[in-house]
Amino acid sequence: MPPVTVILPPAFATLFPGSPRRVALEAATVAEAMAALDARFPGMRDRLCESTPAIRRHINVFVGAERATLATALMPGEEVLVMTAISGG
Amino acid sequence: MATQVLVLLGTRKGAFILSSDAGRADWQLRGPFCEAWPINHCAADPATGAIYAAGGNEWFGPAVWKSTDRGASWTHSSAGLAYGEGEEPIRSVWSVAPSGERLYAGVQPAGLFRSGDAGASWQHVAGLRDHPSRPHWAPGAGGLILHSLVPHPRDPSRMWVAISAAGVFATEDGGATWEPRNRGTRADFNPPDQRYPEFGQCVHCLVMAPGQPDRLYQQNHCGMYRSDDGGRDWQSIEAGLPTSFGFPAAAHPRDRATLFLLPLNGAIEGRYVPDGAAAVWRTRDGGDTWQALREGLPQRNAFFGVLRQAMATDRLDPAGVYFGTGTGALYASADEGAHWTCIAQHLPTISSVETLVVED
Repeated sequence: MPPVTVILPPAFATLFPGSPRRVALEAATVAEAMAALDARFPGMRDRLCESTPAIRRHINVFVGAERATLATALMPGEEVLVMTAISGG
Repeated sequence: MATQVLVLLGTRKGAFILSSDAGRADWQLRGPFCEAWPINHCAADPATGAIYAAGGNEWFGPAVWKSTDRGASWTHSSAGLAYGEGEEPIRSVWSVAPSGERLYAGVQPAGLFRSGDAGASWQHVAGLRDHPSRPHWAPGAGGLILHSLVPHPRDPSRMWVAISAAGVFATEDGGATWEPRNRGTRADFNPPDQRYPEFGQCVHCLVMAPGQPDRLYQQNHCGMYRSDDGGRDWQSIEAGLPTSFGFPAAAHPRDRATLFLLPLNGAIEGRYVPDGAAAVWRTRDGGDTWQALREGLPQRNAFFGVLRQAMATDRLDPAGVYFGTGTGALYASADEGAHWTCIAQHLPTISSVETLVVED
């Protein structure tokens, strides 16, 4: 599977103590990247994905500057940018 | 040994903990915990001292947080806290309750989960959502939420839950099957010939008399009720109260006939304390008569509400009573409601109040 880099949101530094901002892993799709993150940091997929399954409504995942879905394919060396969207109250 | 009283707050922006000695006169506040997530319910397991905070975050979804060191550090988990693929996902956890070796969680959209490992992982108690009435469950203003969890104090196969606005349901087989228990409670929002349905009532809060599972109390959107047969039949006990509308109810820790309520002015009248004057209403006779408790509470220009899980008692003697307001103030009484003091203010909207008494 292609090697990619996932860039996590800053809030994960406290939600998942010890997690780095940039995570190198192998994944051919965003869904596989989420599974790889969850294997390394148990529970991380639940924070980013709903059970439908889908990326959570207020989480934006960008691949090559485009908003991605779980089905988005990843190329070798790709960066997957995970960001918190505008939300809250 | 020294007694320590903890008051656990769930708020719109995190969990907070107040602590005091048995005198309950001086309080220290800590928080916000749980990364300032909205916490709908924060409650402790008195057997282990573990504190659980149930909530959900707009970005990161639902979770139950846990602290085993009285709030100094927290972990979070939602492992297994999900419906099947294609179903409406869980938005938030609304209630948490220990029951022996198990921990229960009620969620939105309404459903029940059980943990056998103190909140590390969860299993869906599917029998509740398998009930044939489920397609007809309708959300209240707060959403379709399972907000009250009432385990039987001795029999782990029995428990009651309350869902807004589906009503009270009970199981006697460990959650495999459930039956509605709403007979005698009104649904004033239905047409006149449908005011007493089998289910669909808007129950706001369900509590049990201390250690006595036959006696239940509920504050409903449409009245206040008592049951003496485990919820099979309900009797109105709203006569003598200023209104029939309110959210929380808190049982006395030892006396089955004593209950505390905080009526609000009405469902469409603003949902604040009647006449801008705050009062906790107490019965000592199971709801036959009521007494307004106002000493120390604001009696002019008070326009706050109190949410469904935001009132509690402690187990000391005399019992402490506590309630938190939508405007972020926490009031406490160390004498069963006779005198009140504001022990915290300027907090976020208070969603829940619970207590834990520990001996160090």
